[in-house]
Amino acid sequence: MKSFKFAVAAAVALMASPVIAQSDADMMFEDPGMLTQTDGEDIYNAICSGCHMPEGQGAVGAGMYPALADNPNLEYPGYAIYLILHGQKAMPALGGVLSDEQIAAVVGYIRTSFGNDYADEVSVQEVTDTR
Amino acid sequence: MSGFQTEMSRRQLLTMIGTAAGSAAMYNAMTSLGFAQESPYSGPINLEGDPNGASVLVLGAGLAGMTAALELRNAGYTVQILEYREKAGGRCWTLRGGDKYVELGGFEQDVKFAEGNYINPGPWRIPHHHYGVLDYCKRLGVKLEPFMQVNYNAYLHRTDAFDGKPQRFREIDADYRGHVSELLAKVVDQNGLDEVVTAEDAQLLLDSLKTYGVLDDNYAYVKSEDTSEFRGWEKDPGGGVDGKPVPSETLSMSDILQSRLWSNLVTGSSIDHQGTMFQPVGGMDMIAQGFEKVVGDLITYNAKVTKIDQSDSGVTVTYVDSNGTEGEMTASADYCICTIPFSILGQIEHNFSGPMTGIINSMPYAGSIKFGLEFKRRFWEQDEHIYGGISYTNLPISQISYPSNDYFSDGPGVLLGGYSWGATAYQFNALPPEERVAKAVEYGAQIHPQYTEEFSNGVSVSWHRVPWVLGCYGLWSDKEAQYATAAAMDGRTLMAGEHISYLPAWQEGAILSALDAITRLHAHVVGA
Repeated sequence: MKSFKFAVAAAVALMASPVIAQSDADMMFEDPGMLTQTDGEDIYNAICSGCHMPEGQGAVGAGMYPALADNPNLEYPGYAIYLILHGQKAMPALGGVLSDEQIAAVVGYIRTSFGNDYADEVSVQEVTDTR
Repeated sequence: MSGFQTEMSRRQLLTMIGTAAGSAAMYNAMTSLGFAQESPYSGPINLEGDPNGASVLVLGAGLAGMTAALELRNAGYTVQILEYREKAGGRCWTLRGGDKYVELGGFEQDVKFAEGNYINPGPWRIPHHHYGVLDYCKRLGVKLEPFMQVNYNAYLHRTDAFDGKPQRFREIDADYRGHVSELLAKVVDQNGLDEVVTAEDAQLLLDSLKTYGVLDDNYAYVKSEDTSEFRGWEKDPGGGVDGKPVPSETLSMSDILQSRLWSNLVTGSSIDHQGTMFQPVGGMDMIAQGFEKVVGDLITYNAKVTKIDQSDSGVTVTYVDSNGTEGEMTASADYCICTIPFSILGQIEHNFSGPMTGIINSMPYAGSIKFGLEFKRRFWEQDEHIYGGISYTNLPISQISYPSNDYFSDGPGVLLGGYSWGATAYQFNALPPEERVAKAVEYGAQIHPQYTEEFSNGVSVSWHRVPWVLGCYGLWSDKEAQYATAAAMDGRTLMAGEHISYLPAWQEGAILSALDAITRLHAHVVGA
């Protein structure tokens, strides 16, 4: 009983003060139709990590979500941009919930995180052209 | 006039048929006379003809797979089922105290509900016209009870409406209807509808608006005993000396319109939500358990399919243990009913046709989230007199549903603390489970302040992290163009499941698609 109360109190306290790392927890759920985060890392943590996991490690069940960590498919941003916009197999098309700017930002973040080191810029124009 | 005469004689005829031959005969007569709509489900399937020992491998022990297996075995087929999970039911699923649920990523949730409490993270209500599901419940001995969809005492809430104060459904419903009726009555009165409505109909329209909107003799919607009978009282009628009630003030038309709370007034009126709705007593997975009692002996659990290989003479499926222990196994049969969600099938090695492969590869599954929150007492009943039903909100939880069972019990009770889709669901999906639950408690407290004191424990199911579906239901990229191919026999395999239906995400879709698939398979086998 005591430990439950503590866990609940801790969780509620977590919500009361913005202690959730650098992610703008207060930007979550702002719009039921779109994500509103602007920073690449925040976008990753608000949507991509849900399936691809917080460290980009992917997951395996009856089916799997591929790892983004150390993923050579990220060398050319066009592939990631296309996937995010239009989906592929089990990955839904996310062009309806993310703007061109957000997609450019999050692709830039993924390509320079989780062991990936593709530092060339991802342009918003390339996203716009790929829609 | 002659139409009137015809209708009288039809009615007389039907009454005669009904009395003489029973209600089923009357129903059939009504159908042929054009009154009743035939449901796609017309009773237990009857597969005639000898399959001569043909064998079928069913992939997936959800409702589609188990329906197919049950009926195929009854018809004389040899049937085997392969199931990824350790239990039957697929998305027909219930979580109870003592259950441990591990989602993709390894995030664990231990469900701590009190005994008897549960949450249905997938399907949670059965429409009155889902005859297949209802019939299998009857045949399998699954007891059903009513599910409360619409409760006039539940809330409509928006953070930007009425200063965020939840409004009773009853008040918004009565006042919206009253004001709209009053407005329309004014238009009729000012001859504004002379071009579109005959004089006779105009008078009938006024009469109907008076009834429908509870208007007074001047066709006005006003504070009165009459309107309070619908929207509620300032002071409820009582007994004895102080029993006289006091009528309540109506909300203004403008306030109601600007509140946007009208957006959920007819949610319960669509055919899928019209009363009477049902739920199995004790949890939705009672249906899965009902099927499992009959076909459980056919199921190989913890079987993760890795390859489907069709040849001219049969289907061989390769599988490994779901828990990752080494070793490949195979199962073979003459035919295959494949109910594996396309989100997963697209990752399995197979040799389906090119067009079928393209379709499999084009179907992601939708994201959705549900919360089961247990509270120490049923404060919604004890404090607010809400017995079952649903409150709606623009908060990220979208809705709160109150249990349609065990009313008035003193112990802990479980609410559906949220059920959301779209961008909201994606963001909940990305949170660790305990943070999701904490958020749901935080949001729900804006509608029920008792949440903070009474919350005990909770669980969330985010469908994109469910290991055996990768989402809630299949999303077609072009159903119009793709459906016929996906439903057609491919080599020796037929697909089935809610995705191969026009009832997506409904159990009825899974069952009807399975029945249709095995009907066609049987026709093929016996060469009919």
